[in-house]
Amino acid sequence: MRVAVIVFPGSNADVDLYNAVEDVMGVPVDYVWHSATDLSGYDVILLPGGFSYGDYLRCGAVARFSPVMEQVVKAAEEGKLVMGICNGFQILTEVGLLPGALLRNRSLKFACKLSGLRVDNNNTPFTRDYAAGEEIQIPIAHGEGNYYCDEETLAKLRAGNQIVFRYSGENPNGSIDDIAGICNERGNVLGMMPHPERAVHKWMTSDDGRRMFTSILKTWREQNSVTTHA
Amino acid sequence: MFKAVVYVTLRESVLDPQGQAVKGALNTLGFDEVNNARIGKYMELELNSADRAQAEERVREMCEKLLANTVVEDYRFEIVEG
Amino acid sequence: MSQLTHKEPTAEQIADQKLYREIGLTDEEYQRVVNILGRQPNWTETGLYSVMWSEHCSYKNSKPVLRKFPTKGPRVLQGPGEGAGIVDIGDNQAVVFKIESHNHPSAIEPYQGAATGVGGIIRDVFSMGARPIALLNSLRFGELNSPRVKYLFEHVVAGIAGYGNCIGIPTVGGEVNFDPTYEGNPLVNAMCVGLIDHEKIQKGVASGIGNPVIYVGASTGRDGIHGATFASEELTEESEKKRPAVQVGDPFMEKLLLEACLELIDTGIVVGIQDMGAAGLTSSSSEMASKAGNGIEMNLDLVPQREAGMSAYEMMLSESQERMLVVVEKGKEAEAIAIFDKWGLASAVVGKVTDDSKLRLLHKGEVVAEVPVNSLADDAPVYHRPSAVPAYYEANANVDVLAAIQEPKDLNETLKSILAQPTVANKAWVYEQYDHIVRANTAVKPGSDAAVVMVRGTRKALAMTTDCNGRYVYLDPKVGGAIAVAESARNVVCSGAEPLAITDCLNFGSPEKPEVFWQFEKACEGMSEACVALDAPVIGGNVSFYNERSGDAIYPTPTVGMVGLITDVDHITTQDFKNEGDAIILLGETFAELGGSEYQKLATGSISGRPPQIDLNKEAAVQKLVLTAIRKGLVNSAHDLSEGGLGVALAESCFGKGIGAKVELSSELRSDVLLFSESQSRILLSASPEQAEAILALAGEHGVPAEKIGTIGGDRLVVNVNGTEAINASIQEVKAAWKDAIPCLIG
Repeated sequence: MRVAVIVFPGSNADVDLYNAVEDVMGVPVDYVWHSATDLSGYDVILLPGGFSYGDYLRCGAVARFSPVMEQVVKAAEEGKLVMGICNGFQILTEVGLLPGALLRNRSLKFACKLSGLRVDNNNTPFTRDYAAGEEIQIPIAHGEGNYYCDEETLAKLRAGNQIVFRYSGENPNGSIDDIAGICNERGNVLGMMPHPERAVHKWMTSDDGRRMFTSILKTWREQNSVTTHA
Repeated sequence: MFKAVVYVTLRESVLDPQGQAVKGALNTLGFDEVNNARIGKYMELELNSADRAQAEERVREMCEKLLANTVVEDYRFEIVEG
Repeated sequence: MSQLTHKEPTAEQIADQKLYREIGLTDEEYQRVVNILGRQPNWTETGLYSVMWSEHCSYKNSKPVLRKFPTKGPRVLQGPGEGAGIVDIGDNQAVVFKIESHNHPSAIEPYQGAATGVGGIIRDVFSMGARPIALLNSLRFGELNSPRVKYLFEHVVAGIAGYGNCIGIPTVGGEVNFDPTYEGNPLVNAMCVGLIDHEKIQKGVASGIGNPVIYVGASTGRDGIHGATFASEELTEESEKKRPAVQVGDPFMEKLLLEACLELIDTGIVVGIQDMGAAGLTSSSSEMASKAGNGIEMNLDLVPQREAGMSAYEMMLSESQERMLVVVEKGKEAEAIAIFDKWGLASAVVGKVTDDSKLRLLHKGEVVAEVPVNSLADDAPVYHRPSAVPAYYEANANVDVLAAIQEPKDLNETLKSILAQPTVANKAWVYEQYDHIVRANTAVKPGSDAAVVMVRGTRKALAMTTDCNGRYVYLDPKVGGAIAVAESARNVVCSGAEPLAITDCLNFGSPEKPEVFWQFEKACEGMSEACVALDAPVIGGNVSFYNERSGDAIYPTPTVGMVGLITDVDHITTQDFKNEGDAIILLGETFAELGGSEYQKLATGSISGRPPQIDLNKEAAVQKLVLTAIRKGLVNSAHDLSEGGLGVALAESCFGKGIGAKVELSSELRSDVLLFSESQSRILLSASPEQAEAILALAGEHGVPAEKIGTIGGDRLVVNVNGTEAINASIQEVKAAWKDAIPCLIG
């Protein structure tokens, strides 16, 4: 198994994700520059947090046109696991792999703090190591994490059980339906504002994020063993 | 030479906390006539398009593709002789 | 496109009309330039000297005092003089850090002023070849009740957040203080800490005759040009708006510059690299050449320019942000430029290293300046300013601080009021706007005595803090200066670290006032003594004079930035009380010392008298004791006593986990004095009952007064003094006063 951490100009939580993969999953991981045109060697693709292209026009608006994004879309279509965190989530909505958009926090201020999340769908490749409805602590660090979609989309998200995480305590950004993270219909693409990669060791105040990485590993091992036996 | 003036605003259905903050501030300062405020982006693009029609078509494409996120934003633009 | 052409004055006009005065050179300084050159300088040359001989670049007023700082130590790899100082932390690694002021720009345009302050200090650190790993900020404002102060406060915080969050360096700590003295002149001091492997250490030197000089980063505009002294009549087009002197920061550009420079340094082809900070191209080029004993020739036509028609003077004095000057090995230009291209950065070979020790500038085919480089970098005049003891200092000797304060009936209310003073109150409103966890190495977040950042791949961590109590320094500069250093060291010790070194940001009024210069001299003397006593040399910093508004100087505020080394992550200690039943131990002695305290300010509305005194031997002993106890695994929490004294320290220790404490004190002092005195060299520890016995024994060995004063438990803070209840309050209620204070004031 090989993991790609995509690096856009202005990504800054790439190192956080890389280290979390290394520490928790213990599998080979590479930084992949945004100009890459081939992701075929990777099984899991991670889009990190940061301020791609300064996020000057709109978060993720420019990054989504990076050459690598065509490959990310292709990988998602092939059923590979794609996860976007923070700016990565914003890019995934801009490119259309996930519905909706991320607006400025209702407070108009950047917010960096531990936030309580409820795992509302533990039946995804990213969350299977959590219990259904489990409350976990994961830090947020964003200025534009206010998830928005229209009523119709929201109904579809609910019906499809695509709302993976909701804020369980205070909603830190004003997101619709307290949404913190969603997945696509197929369940192989996940985007979330909180940073599980910054909650993987006891000294980080919370290590509740570890199980996202162990879930991914478990999923891949199962899929991989199926392929080998086939 | 043409110049495109592009305005991007949040769609009516989307809460605009910046606009609300500005409205609140104006009301506090005694500008009671302000019922609503919307904040958006203003962009100027210098174009070397052949004619106005072509400029309009291309700018619309730019808005759809990059300058606005139509999930949450509306746009409008004007083409002026630059 | 409108062309802007300056009609520059001729050399004769500069001399005859004394135009050099408008850009900050005195008659004597101008004459010195004429003597150096053997002729009258032209306008560009006059500009070069005016910026390089400014206090900011030359330290002409402060040098004789700064020379007295202890700057050497077995671990110091780089002392003052480069972009940032460097200290060895073992295993071939070193920590790089520096603090710098951006006070005046922040007073004019708080968002951009603060943002560019952060940007500048980051460049100082990565220009040494280091990876920046943390930011801290020491901020000071007037009282948080005027709209102007609130505006400055909110926008300075937003500017720091805007820059630090985007570039992706965690803002892990610092301090925010409020006092009327800073009303018209806020202080914004930014500190950056980086990590480096020894062999990667860079210097700003232009070695190797013929080596190319490369400009990289943002293009050069007219922003920040020193003085902005040319009035509009000097412009040929009067319609051209007078440009603001405010620079605008671009953290995205700086992120690219940071990554590109570190990638370039990894190739090993870099000879020298320096940030274009204050005095931009002038300081970077002349300092690099001067340090190498060489010259530099630059063709200004090749400098990437943002505006049309810029003169040589403007290009050389521009302080546009996010620019670096790099000298690489001859023949390796293409390799360097390929890396810059990869990161989408504009770069150009603008000149070369020469053997004639001159700074030679070409513009439009003409030599527009030719001066000896060392005369710019090293030959600024040095002034020994007169100093005089201020009248207030003499008068304060006779003030009876205690008599002016009535002992309050309800100390619960007093405690809550002190906790709600913005200087003491919870700063979550500030630090939650900063991404303090990006890079995922932050082990102790803002709000504790010091922030702690892990050194990945090792068992080590770094503790860092900034400290200064300007009130103490005002009341007694020498004592206050010593306390600033001692408190910063105490803070890192409480986190489990041994102090390594300090960087200082010396914020003072005008050095031309003898009373201010006396404050400066005395404060530095006190700092030096504390640095020696606590084994923490000064490895760099900055001097910020002229912090005045309407002729009134701010309180002298020598901010100390300290970094300490935690040798094993198991030693990381926080201030929070952790376990019910743990014993609470107070180290040190409490005296009736309320001069300059938060309590005095609250009770009387002003400060007077003498500040708390400090005995540096006792300070060193208590710090040594705490570090030893932490390393032996005896300590569950440690908290330094500072503003608000024991009362505040006890309350703050309860807040983290929301556990209460029951404390029994016996003392000759009045209860309010005992609780709120700010006597120095005191630390509050908690430990299991067995560990507590061991700590008390250890304290005996170290000759440190230590007393078990209570036990952790319950949900109230109860303090009895001589058997009488002084404090009895629910933690929840007290915490609310502390937590809500700043959000309430901001509204």
